[in-house]
Amino acid sequence: MKARISYSKLGKIRFTGHRDVARIWERSLRKAEIPVAMSTGFTPRLKMAFGLALPTGAESLVELLDVTFAEDAGLGVDDLDDLASRIDASLPVGMAVTGIRECAPSEASLQEDVVATTWVLAVDAPDVGDQIERINRSPEVWLERERKGETRRDDIRDGILHLGLIAPEQSDVLPSRWLGESGGVVIEAVLTTAGRGIRPTELVEALVPGCEPWNHLTRVLRINQWIEREGERVDVLSARPAHPQVCA
Amino acid sequence: MSSLWPRLEPLLARVRKPARYIGCEDGAASPQHGHGKVAWLLAYPDVYEVGLPNQGLQILYEILNERPDAVAERTYAPWVDLEALMRERGIPLFSVDTHRSADEFDILAFNLSAELVYTNVLNMIDLAGSPVRAADRRPTDPLVIIGGHAAFNPEPMADFIDCAVLGEGEEVIGEITEIVREWKASGRTEGSRHAVLRELARIPGVYVPSMYEVAYDGDRVVGITPAFSDVPELVTKRTVSDLGQWQYPKSPLAPLTEVVHDRLAVEVFRGCTRGCRFCQAGMITRPVRERPAEQVRTMITEGLKRTGYNEVSLTSLSTADFSGIESVVTSVVPDPTACGAPTVSLPSLRVDAFTVGLAAKVASGRRSGLTFAPEAGTWRLRTVINKLITEEDLYGAVESAFSSGWSRMKLYFLTGLPTETDIDTEGIVDLAAGCVSIGKKYTNRASVTVSVGGFVPKAHTPFQWFGQNGVPELRRKIGIVREAAGRAKGVHVKWHDPAATLAEGIASRGDRRVGAVIERVWREGGVFQEWSEFFLLDRWLDAMAAEGLSPDWFVTRHRDENEVFPWHHLSAGLHHDFLWQDWRSALAEAGLEDCRWTPCYDCGVCTGDGLEHIVASPVAPAGGSQGTGQNLALGGSVPISLRPKSMVTS
Repeated sequence: MKARISYSKLGKIRFTGHRDVARIWERSLRKAEIPVAMSTGFTPRLKMAFGLALPTGAESLVELLDVTFAEDAGLGVDDLDDLASRIDASLPVGMAVTGIRECAPSEASLQEDVVATTWVLAVDAPDVGDQIERINRSPEVWLERERKGETRRDDIRDGILHLGLIAPEQSDVLPSRWLGESGGVVIEAVLTTAGRGIRPTELVEALVPGCEPWNHLTRVLRINQWIEREGERVDVLSARPAHPQVCA
Repeated sequence: MSSLWPRLEPLLARVRKPARYIGCEDGAASPQHGHGKVAWLLAYPDVYEVGLPNQGLQILYEILNERPDAVAERTYAPWVDLEALMRERGIPLFSVDTHRSADEFDILAFNLSAELVYTNVLNMIDLAGSPVRAADRRPTDPLVIIGGHAAFNPEPMADFIDCAVLGEGEEVIGEITEIVREWKASGRTEGSRHAVLRELARIPGVYVPSMYEVAYDGDRVVGITPAFSDVPELVTKRTVSDLGQWQYPKSPLAPLTEVVHDRLAVEVFRGCTRGCRFCQAGMITRPVRERPAEQVRTMITEGLKRTGYNEVSLTSLSTADFSGIESVVTSVVPDPTACGAPTVSLPSLRVDAFTVGLAAKVASGRRSGLTFAPEAGTWRLRTVINKLITEEDLYGAVESAFSSGWSRMKLYFLTGLPTETDIDTEGIVDLAAGCVSIGKKYTNRASVTVSVGGFVPKAHTPFQWFGQNGVPELRRKIGIVREAAGRAKGVHVKWHDPAATLAEGIASRGDRRVGAVIERVWREGGVFQEWSEFFLLDRWLDAMAAEGLSPDWFVTRHRDENEVFPWHHLSAGLHHDFLWQDWRSALAEAGLEDCRWTPCYDCGVCTGDGLEHIVASPVAPAGGSQGTGQNLALGGSVPISLRPKSMVTS
């Protein structure tokens, strides 16, 4: 059986990278003594497939991975809740299992299937509201960015599917101390993951031209990952708790 | 008592590898500070990835946090990017456990495994907000303590530290805690710092440099004597007599981010009596104390369970010498957990076929590389350094490795050893080429990488009298190896920068005057000196010149029998006469057997301290010549006798 698991990554642990998270998962599954299938080959590894990488420093309510269980363990759908709580108990502070469901062998991989993700960003820079309007009005937004060591100039406008300010009190996911000491604004954005995708730091560069994004991006949280089914955008795995625990 | 986290947090997304500053490891303590508790900040003066796996630090961390009167946290050297932001914003050095400011601790204790980290120690003391010179510290500043192998010649650091601890820390940290606790309770009044240091100086194994006076005659040290009658003339190292009594770490640290030794480590024994004359670790950690095999098994099982690691490294100075090695290894391997069988790694392989057989038993997956350390290119020179492995041992090991599926070997050598001639240096490549031709029988991909390091004589070893090779001579010798390797197919060469070897030499056998040099190098920006991108020899040479000190005097000069070493008043338990005799034997190309399995030659450690080797097997382990030149493949006979060449008396 294969399971699709969603988990949160909040607080201090957000400073670990994608590779670190893979190692954390390996150790956590072993600690919980979960019978995970092994890959074949010279160096057998646990059969896990991760979704889109979360940038180091960003938090998330909806990180995703698929785990394949060992066949001889004979696990079924009825075991999922138990597995989820055992795994959850062995994850480090700041990571928690937020959802689990069976994943059919025929389902596309997370990397192929996810088309967009929703981000909440706390940005501390002047005139961000005006910049948002400018971007929303522009037919094109050009940005120089790096991919695989190469600098390229791309029009990222079509990849910004939604961009708007939200009032902090409107948000049920944002602790008030997210805003920098000097204030700032909270933005919600839906960014494409297709092609070269758009990173939240790149959105900040578009909002504050020429800036070092992490000097202005106080906090950033992924709140949704979307797939497309019959022309509709749907949540990969409904997993959005009303009051997430934030590791202080 | 506030956390610095809110001030650090906004900086972390802007620096490289921020996960090294967050703590949150599996196995980390929940330090509870409180009235009447002595707060230790255990510091490793290099980056987190290098420092976190350090077992000494993990052991002391756990023991201290178990005490009702102590609390311990950890800190590591911040990388230069974060340091710059911290200095810009006035953020002090912090612990990774609760992000508490270093100045809220009573003791700042550094683990020093090598000398080139000394400038980082100064940098961290400075970042902690404390004066770098001990004499300038106020009663409320933390006590700066150093321990670890480099503390056996603490003189270059004498001006910056309050105390050095010689030897193993398990017991002495409790004794230090008790004295500091009383001092804290008394309110640390003006002038009381001297009094507490004087009291600490009476603890066996604790050396307080400010309680000693050094007399010079010109460049020469002529005496180091206590300034007060209640301060001991000789400070002798501490040794835990039975490792089985100290089952630590019970709660090993598994970090959230990748570190250099990313696996469970279980220490199987301490000490080594192979007697390699260049090896400071082997000399200062005697006698051999094995952990009971049953306890090793328990620590492996529980450690793997707690951390979720699936690899365990059995650590020691020569793990194949552990009496229970085969049974421990075989009992771990066929024990598949839910997520695949754990693997065992054996660092510091002994050079013989038996050991390789053992390694083959435990190695999983791709067999890419295997490392051996013959250390010298000819049997003659290996006799001088007492690394008594024959060519047959090496070739047997290599044959066994290639035939078990390994395709790449790495061979470690030292150059600049006493009595080394160009024939010995060329012998390095001859040995490597011999290994390649064995490998070609098994695979076309057979290759051997020779790694050459410049030899730095260390305190408390028979080679402490030897004048280190200078930079040009080491360059010439490395050149010989490179040139010969150019003609030998399949032999690759890596080498250590001779410039760094010189700086290490200055710090290794330096006296108190070298402290000013270290301070200058640090003030000129010379941190992370073990990192080649930050090392500049000219900084060291300029600092030496500015202090009127000659590198030749400290590094390349041969010492004679009358030399008063800067560590004259410090003892690792080894008799001066034994070390001198062993130095003479080295020059006479005479080897010395391993005293675990042969009669005691009285190096001084066991007899002086009422200690004994704790070895489960009375017989030398199977395989190889075991330094005897005999074929001991079937276990050998005991006592074994040495190759001809008797000890030479001077």
